[in-house]
Formats: sequence, structure tokens, C-alpha cells
Amino acid sequence: MLWLRLSRPMDAALSALVSIAFHGLAYAMVLYLISVGLSVTMGLMGFINLAHGVFAMAGGYVAVSLMNRAGVPLVAALAIACAVVAAASMVLERALYARLYGAAELDQVLFTIGLVFMAGAAAKFIWGPLPLPVRLPDYLRGQIEIAGRLFPTYRSVLIVSGAAIVTTLWLAIERTRFGAQIRATVDNRRMAQSLGINTALLFTCAFAVGSGLAALGGALGADILAIDPTYAQEHLVFFLIIVSVGGLGSIRGPFVAALVIGIADTACKYLIPEFGAFFIYAATLAILLWRPQGLFGRTA
Amino acid sequence: MIVFPRQRRGVADPLPASNYLRASELTPWICAAGAYFAFPEYLALGGQILIMVLFALSLDLVLGYAGIVTLGHAAFFGTGAYVAGILAVHGWSEPLSALLAAAAAAGLLGVITGAIVLRTSGLTLLMVTLVVTQLLQEGANKLGWLTGGADGLQGIVIAPLLGAFRFDLFGRTAYLYSLAILFLAWVVARLIVHSPFGRSLIGIRENATRMQAIGSPVFQRRLRIYAISAALAGIAGALLTQTTQFVALQVLSFELSGTVLVMLILGGVGRLYGAFIGAPLYMIAQDQLARDDPVYWLFWIGLLLVLVVMFARGGILGIVDRLWTGTGR
Repeated sequence: MLWLRLSRPMDAALSALVSIAFHGLAYAMVLYLISVGLSVTMGLMGFINLAHGVFAMAGGYVAVSLMNRAGVPLVAALAIACAVVAAASMVLERALYARLYGAAELDQVLFTIGLVFMAGAAAKFIWGPLPLPVRLPDYLRGQIEIAGRLFPTYRSVLIVSGAAIVTTLWLAIERTRFGAQIRATVDNRRMAQSLGINTALLFTCAFAVGSGLAALGGALGADILAIDPTYAQEHLVFFLIIVSVGGLGSIRGPFVAALVIGIADTACKYLIPEFGAFFIYAATLAILLWRPQGLFGRTA
Repeated sequence: MIVFPRQRRGVADPLPASNYLRASELTPWICAAGAYFAFPEYLALGGQILIMVLFALSLDLVLGYAGIVTLGHAAFFGTGAYVAGILAVHGWSEPLSALLAAAAAAGLLGVITGAIVLRTSGLTLLMVTLVVTQLLQEGANKLGWLTGGADGLQGIVIAPLLGAFRFDLFGRTAYLYSLAILFLAWVVARLIVHSPFGRSLIGIRENATRMQAIGSPVFQRRLRIYAISAALAGIAGALLTQTTQFVALQVLSFELSGTVLVMLILGGVGRLYGAFIGAPLYMIAQDQLARDDPVYWLFWIGLLLVLVVMFARGGILGIVDRLWTGTGR
């Protein structure tokens, strides 16, 4: 085969490219899973939710503790974390968030920053200040060989399962009645309401689904974005970048944004570590100036 | 001076309609002067409180008066801090001129970023302010040869103030210096708020479209207050550098933007005096509580924020206002 006969320096460069693409893709999957719910809820309710990372953090904590302490198998731990966080977020939405729909931007910002602070402190109180170590089951450790190259098993599984979840989500949004209602409400809330769609119920359900997905993303990505008490605050900027670059309310926009940001960030860290995340921020700024409503957002 | 009629709908105008100074407006200054004599061992903390008051005051101008919700005000504070620090490291040790230089640099940054930020709105505006700050912090982090990077900028030497007053170990000079600068900044802020320009800002905050329609240059006015506020924040940052003789990377952090926002909200936003209540309360509570248990500290701050949003919009001054009007004034 051709790639076997390539000269050494070229092969090294190719290896680097494949490696960047692979790890970038894994990172992008995690970022997308966490951010897509944020995009939908912000698009649906126009609510500026800076506390979305809390759900991802909670998902990570619950899943990893279940695995480490109670010995629950990975898949079950993921399912439980997703369900627990989705249920908790429903309560939170009904009790607190719902009161602030339509409130001033500043109130929403402050309220959600308050939640981030409280969640961080609570996490530190329960799990301590250090990142939670992830103990993977044996069958996910080590590497697997794909097309003559070695890849970490866990990240390969992460990419595949992430892609499966994303496909399911897209099918659900495109093909089911619930998905159609969400699309209709994002497009025109008043019209959707007058057609008899129970938008309040829809908000709650969408919020729960989004939080559950974030929990799944946080748990699956625990070895990429380490689970520690500053999680919600530290990664907030990246989640927000993906949502605002992708376009509010869009399902596919954040996916493109997550791919671009995930791969670009991995490439920057690999190739030009001396610049850190500088280019990501510069690129975000440029994109937002060019299209303030994001790449796939509708013009207001 | 134009005198506006008081609002009629039974709600007290948050600002005095006239430009006359009320006696109660002198309270912060009496307290600050009293604290100098009453707590000589806490002057270092006192100086930092005054600096945060100035920073929160600058935020009040954009957030409270112009209604620009920013999560990146630390960009200007940090720029001022680094400009003052870098100047001092390279031999420009005279404090007052360095303060002016820091104000000019932060103000210029305010004009440039304001021209970008103020073209957007809502989430995008929030994101742009956030990203600008992140960009600056990442820049300061990576330009180690200039800024000291993650280790912070060290080796800052500040000449005696006005050639006569050394910055002593107990923070006396630092406290009085910060107090004097804060006083000047307050005079400027008060003049702005009560000027026709300040009044038009409130109009823009309440309804930008209508202000545009009656011929107010909305963008220009918002840009102007953004730059003024940036310059004031830069002065606050420079003061911190000069009085602590150190610049940490945290002066450009999202946390600092958040903290100053929290201080202002707790005190009361859009009232000019929220900063004078929120910043000291926050700093003193932090000094007393966070020393024992920094974990609980953030929890309580978070809870307080949620409660303020849910039940006490307007912060402490808002509550005082309601009690005042409730008791039949």
C-alpha cells in the first residue's frame, strides 16, 4: 500500500496529522455533547445560561464515583449519571430557571454565575479539591490497531459512541414529533404556542435532555476534561464559544464549531504550544465580528 | 444644569433630580477617613478595598448607567496594572504620571474594543467582552519576557509620591493615595452621571431605539462611556500595581471580572454608591470568612447572588430604598 512506502519524515508528519485529527475529534465529540444542550436551551428560551457546565461536571462526578467506589460498570454508570442529572436539572428548571425567563440579561447572568459558585463549592466539599482520577475498565485500556496505526482504545470508543449519540440526536430532532416541536418553537415561539404546543413543558423537556447530554459528555470526557471543582468555571468559555460560534438554537452549528475548535485547539497545543489558546480566542473574535449571530445562526 | 422633573409613578427616582450634593453622599468619605485612624493595622486591606471600590464604580458606569452587560471588565483593570508595572520595571517610577499613562492605555483599549463590542448585543456582546479578556490574559501569559508570565511581574520600584511620601510598609501612603484618587474619580463619575450626557445614557439603557429616534447618537455615547469607564478601571489596576508592587496574571482573569460584578450587584447597580457598599462588604467578609474556609465562602457568595436576583434586585441599596419608602417618606 502507498502509505507504507512513504519516506520517514513524511510518515512522521502524517502521523502527527492523524494524531491531531484523532485527538481533536475525540475532544470535539465531548465539547459537542456538552454544548448542544446549551445551544438548544439558549435558542429556545433566550436564556443566558452560564451554569451549563455544572451539569457536565455533575455527570462526571456521579459516573466516576459510581465506577470507582461502587464498582458499577461503565455503561450503567453513564446511564445513571445521565438520568440523575436530567432529573435534577428538571427540578432546577421548574423551581428557579423558569422564574427568570424573559428577565433582564444581567439577572440571568448573575443567577447562573451564582449557581456555578455554589456547585463548585459543593463539589469541593463532597469530592475534595483534586481532580477525580478515572479508572477505566480493562477492556478500554491500551491501544487498538486501525489501518496499521495504534490508537488509544478508550478515545476510539469515545469517538464512535459520540458519533452514535449525535446521529440519534439529529434523527430525533428531524424525524420525531418532539423534535419538530422544538424546531418550531425555536423558529417562532408565539406561533408555536398558538398552534397548541405546550412550550413550557417543551422547555422543561428540552432542558432535561440538554442537561442529560451534558452529563453524558462530562462523564465520557472525564479523561480529556478532568473533573474537578473548577470545571464549570474553567471550561465555560469554551462551551460558550462553541454555542455562539455555532449559532444559537442550532443543532448542527455547534457540531461544526466543536469540530473546528476541538481540532484547531489540539493542533495549536501540539504544533505551537507557546501560543496556547491564543489563536482560538482570536479566531472566535474574528468569527463573531464577521457573523455576530454565529456561523449557522439566523439573522435577527 | 438641566433640572429634570421627578418621576411621577410613585417610584422614587434612583438619582437625585438636581445636582446638589446631599449630606449622605459624604458618608463613604467620612468612613474612609475614620477607618484610617481606627484600623491602622488593616490599612493594606483598606487600600485594596478602595481600589476595588474604584473598579466597581467604573463598572457601574457601563453596566448600571449605560446598561452594557460585560463579563470582561478585568481587561481594562489588568491593562492598567500591567502598563503601570512595566513602566515601573523599566525605570518610570514616578507614580502619578504612570497612573495617567495607564489610564490612557486602558482608555485607548476601551475605544478599540468598544468599537467592536458595542456593535453586538446579547450573548454575542457578552462573548466578545469575555473573549477579549481571555485573549489579553493568554497574551500576558505567553509574553513572559515583558510581563513575567505566570510568575507575575516582579521588581517594581515606585518613587515617593510627589517626591515626598514614600510607600511605607504599613500602607499609610498607599491608603491615602488610593483614597485621594478614588475621590477624584468619584467627582468625575458624579459629574458624568448628573450631566445631560449621563441622563442620555440612562435613556439609552431604558430604550435605545427611542433614543436613536429622538436624535441621540447612541453608538457614540455608549462608546464614550465605555472608554471613560475603561480608563477609570485602568487607573484602579495601576493603583493596585503601585501599592502592592506586584502584578499577577489574575488581574486579567474572568474571575476578577466576575468578582467585581458580584461586588457591584451586592451593593446595588446603577446607583453610583453600590460600589461603595458592595466592595467593602465583600472584601471584609472575604478577609474574615475565607481565611478559615474558602470552600464555604464561594458557596455563600453564590447563594447570595441567587437570592439577590430572585428577591432583592437592586442589592443592598435597593433594600434600603424600599425600607425608606415603606416607612412613609
